[in-house]
Amino acid sequence: MSGREYMLGNVAIARGIVEGAVDVVSGYPGTPSSEIVDTLASMKERDFYIEWSVNEKVAMEVASGASMAGARSVVTMKHVGLNVAADPLMTLAYMGVKGGMVIIVADDPSCHSSQNEQDTRRYSVFSQIPCLEPSTPQQAKDMIPYAFELSEKYEIPVIFRSTTRISHGKSDIELAPVSQKTGEIKFEKNPDRWVMVPKNARVRHPHLLSIQQDIRGELEVSGWNELSIEAESTVGIIACGTAAVYAKEALERLGITASFLKIGTYPIPEDSVRQLLAKTEQVIVIEELEPVIEDQCKVIARDVEFETEIFGKADGLLPRTGEFNVDICMEGIAKAFGIDSCECKPANQDMELPVRPPAMCAGCSHRGTFHVMKKVFGEDAVFPSDIGCYTLGIQHGTVDTTLCMGASISVASGIYDAGEKKPICCTIGDSTFFHTGINSLMNAIYNKSDITVLILDNRTTAMTGHQPNPGMGKTATREPTVEVAFDRLCSAMGAEFVEVVDPYDMAATEDVLERAKAYKGVSVVIAKRACVISAAREGIRYTPFMVDTDLCKGCRKCLKFGCPAIEFDEVSKKASINSMCSGCGLCIEICTFNAIMEVKK
Amino acid sequence: MTSDLSNFDLVIAGVGGQGAVKVSDIIGKAAVSEGMDVRAAETHGMAQRGGSVVNYVRLGCDLGSLIPCGSAHGMLALEPVEAMRYIHDVAKDGIVVMNNSPIYPVTVTSGQCTYPDPQEIVTRLEKDYRVVAFDAVALARQAGNIKTLNVVMLGAISSYLPIPEETLVECIRNMVPPKTIDTNLKAFRLGRETTRQ
Repeated sequence: MSGREYMLGNVAIARGIVEGAVDVVSGYPGTPSSEIVDTLASMKERDFYIEWSVNEKVAMEVASGASMAGARSVVTMKHVGLNVAADPLMTLAYMGVKGGMVIIVADDPSCHSSQNEQDTRRYSVFSQIPCLEPSTPQQAKDMIPYAFELSEKYEIPVIFRSTTRISHGKSDIELAPVSQKTGEIKFEKNPDRWVMVPKNARVRHPHLLSIQQDIRGELEVSGWNELSIEAESTVGIIACGTAAVYAKEALERLGITASFLKIGTYPIPEDSVRQLLAKTEQVIVIEELEPVIEDQCKVIARDVEFETEIFGKADGLLPRTGEFNVDICMEGIAKAFGIDSCECKPANQDMELPVRPPAMCAGCSHRGTFHVMKKVFGEDAVFPSDIGCYTLGIQHGTVDTTLCMGASISVASGIYDAGEKKPICCTIGDSTFFHTGINSLMNAIYNKSDITVLILDNRTTAMTGHQPNPGMGKTATREPTVEVAFDRLCSAMGAEFVEVVDPYDMAATEDVLERAKAYKGVSVVIAKRACVISAAREGIRYTPFMVDTDLCKGCRKCLKFGCPAIEFDEVSKKASINSMCSGCGLCIEICTFNAIMEVKK
Repeated sequence: MTSDLSNFDLVIAGVGGQGAVKVSDIIGKAAVSEGMDVRAAETHGMAQRGGSVVNYVRLGCDLGSLIPCGSAHGMLALEPVEAMRYIHDVAKDGIVVMNNSPIYPVTVTSGQCTYPDPQEIVTRLEKDYRVVAFDAVALARQAGNIKTLNVVMLGAISSYLPIPEETLVECIRNMVPPKTIDTNLKAFRLGRETTRQ
């Protein structure tokens, strides 16, 4: 494969991984990173090992092990996943690697699908692991083979920071040939290096510090940093990532000539920064999220006593939150350099529009589970929840807390431990339970909580694109494997009330939840039913349902159920079921007038 | 104000599940096969679950994938309210090709919000833009499958794109499931006829 192709940024990154002759890939799904492993796993021919791990810490450790044996490895995750993997990350910096290891982390400025918008570059500074940051999907692909080489040269992993607009942006991509594999895979015993007991760690810390200057020097001339000095201009721009591209467009639109330093590496290219500061009177630093470069530029300027004014986030010209775009850059640049921004005022359209939040799909089994849960436990009960499709239950009043992956059970225990007297029923998805929910459940059982844990087992990791997990009996490449039995796992951890129920059977679900609520201690209920999207893909078809308009009294009870397939006709004042109906039949039990029935063939 | 930094900037607005990503993919691939630089940005994740979706495609552009406010040459709106929600991205006098058949959000069916009259949306948009609005759902049904709505809309916007019709048709052929090629090509034709002068 060569030439030019139209690709998603994550697909381009996957291509870069292949071009870099990878041996082992691991990851945990998380938007906007998931398509990297999905793309590699769906390849028909592949000369590397690939897996979805149960969480990011495990994924990082798998990649580290591979690298210790001399293999080139990649681990992928989203920004919050790096918190889970932070423990191995910090020690890996000391220990270093043998085969090139690239840690791909996708940040999500503006929280398009995340619980916070942290900046992975902070982890690079924190751990002293170098970081590469592309500004286009093309560069994202091209950087990966280089990242392997850099990692091998200094025997340290390399962080690769993507953002939503790189990962989920599309572009024409120029492909390069696939490298030949060179490394020999063989684990060599070397306890001084691979065993971080204090004696060895104390040696590796100064080593880590000692290579920083060399790495900085190497990155300075690597070509990922681009400096162009405009002799005629006294103003300059320093920018990184996708913000560098927005800044270039902003300059063109404003008609400004400025010196420009595009930064693509951390440690940052200090000599280039000095050169730019020496030639300019005013500089604005443009970077999404944290002022990582801005702060360092100020340190450099102070150390060499440059009088250049440095603008950015500290003075409020650019925001420290949210995603950037050309307009934000234009405004910041114009303010910093005291010029008029030719603001394009959009036409005034002040019509009030209905909000359109994402919702659980028509036929989603979670809707039925939540409905029964609320009925049994009462609306005043406490419903801690977790991260996945079911977080959308917030619209149904069935999600009271969402902290991070795996936290629902531990938060529920904490609420109970605090002395809360209301019933507590927490929900967690199957993949999330494997991710870090297992620890929390073990803790709740061991420490004698009195809560109900509802595992919403929809047989997949649905939210991020249906990646397999250990409950499905399928690997990343869809090969059959062992299928973890939730009920036996929970029993083994000491849970005495463990039951499996089909949430499409609302009467049975109600019965189980009544008994679970009454049980003193940790009760576990596994609501097991395949995700409607997966079921449809596997060719499972149900008969859709309809409303008998003669029987419908227009009470709107079915509409409160929140199914996108149920509508209300304001003219006839009757409910109706649209073409989205997937035939789950849950609404039959909602209707008190028996007006909902299967469509007769 | 459109600019010469891009040959054609297109905003695609719609609802998760309507096939907005597919449309942008067909346009993007077609542009690459014409030798153009292309940049595109899409909505992923939560918005796929029936949420509001906006995609950007920039043809003949080597910059970022986000279109600056009020500067897109055109909009393809798969749903009327979503046209209104993102219209600020489009330059004055830009072309707006819009399906006028609504999809009610859960907030409307459950009575928390009201849905504006689609005709009122068209009237408002006509003040500042060149608007072509029609019932694309009816045309998709006529083509043989309601799911071809996105391709009907692609056909309608195709008259304004700097890409030859044959190239788009070829991309549709290659990118839809083999069994549905005829239906999709019919959908494309029906859509194109709505805007061909």
